[in-house]
Amino acid sequence: MDPQAAKLIGAGIAMCGMIGAGIGVGNIFGNFVAGALRNPSAAASQVGNLFVGAALAEALGILAFVMGILIWIS
Amino acid sequence: MADPLHQFQIKKIVDLPDVTLPGIGSVDVAFTNSHLAMTIGFAVVILFLWVVTSGAKVVPGRLQSVGETLFGMIDNMTGSIIGHDGRKYFPFVFTIFTFILAMNVLGMFLSFTATSQLAITATFALLTFGLVVIVGFVKNGLGFFKLFWPMGAPLLMRPVVGLIEFFSFLLRPITLMLRLFGNMMGGHIALKVFAGFVAAAVVGAAGWFGVLVFPLSLGMTIGLTALEFLVAFLQAFVFAVLTCIYLNDVVNLDHAH
Repeated sequence: MDPQAAKLIGAGIAMCGMIGAGIGVGNIFGNFVAGALRNPSAAASQVGNLFVGAALAEALGILAFVMGILIWIS
Repeated sequence: MADPLHQFQIKKIVDLPDVTLPGIGSVDVAFTNSHLAMTIGFAVVILFLWVVTSGAKVVPGRLQSVGETLFGMIDNMTGSIIGHDGRKYFPFVFTIFTFILAMNVLGMFLSFTATSQLAITATFALLTFGLVVIVGFVKNGLGFFKLFWPMGAPLLMRPVVGLIEFFSFLLRPITLMLRLFGNMMGGHIALKVFAGFVAAAVVGAAGWFGVLVFPLSLGMTIGLTALEFLVAFLQAFVFAVLTCIYLNDVVNLDHAH
């Protein structure tokens, strides 16, 4: 296989890590809405936790993204 | 199509002569577009807070209430996360929050986003991490290492869990740095890619298919621009919240574990 092509395919495969971040962030927001509909009065106090959780889940996906970019431009 | 990575290139605006530092070697100290973006961000923060507080009234006007909301939000956050010691760390958190927010939001208006440079986010992450370690040692002495000794776990598991805790502690500046960098860089690349599709469709590179591509890509660009404004604020907020959480770990070490 052409090394350049292999590099680009590898960069694409590295982006698969974003799937996990998508599932994680979706889970967090989905569960937040489900919880907020059950007890709307407690929802506002948990918005901070919501975004921190989303950011932590997202960071792992970003690692894959950075890896993909690094493979792509190297 | 234009290269979407072109926007992240560092260009020299004013070239200054190289400086040789002992132990580091020759350092290029040109005034670059990255410097310029950061300087504008700094000036915007100072000017904004000066304008907001110069004509302060008891009943705030529109501009003053924006400033007060920002100030109150961070004050609330340090208070609720760190506790009654929180106000001591408020200046650091507020400085980092406003500076990152200014650079993120200015990145949407200027052609260069300072926070999409790994070196800059790494500096912020190391500042935060360094402060956490210093505060940890100053406040707790060698008791700082209790942070890695989980009291809740069974005795047999404690060394293993402690080791994992230790490595996750060392990973904090890396995730802090990559989150801000990746979000800003990824968002701006996506924006430029879709804007490139619009340009390609308009000049006819996609043929008749462009009639379909053009409105879709333009709509996507508008939507992504709105999303990027949200992300710009959210990432500054998340950075501030995580700074508070990491500070809380070491400030309230005795009664938290």
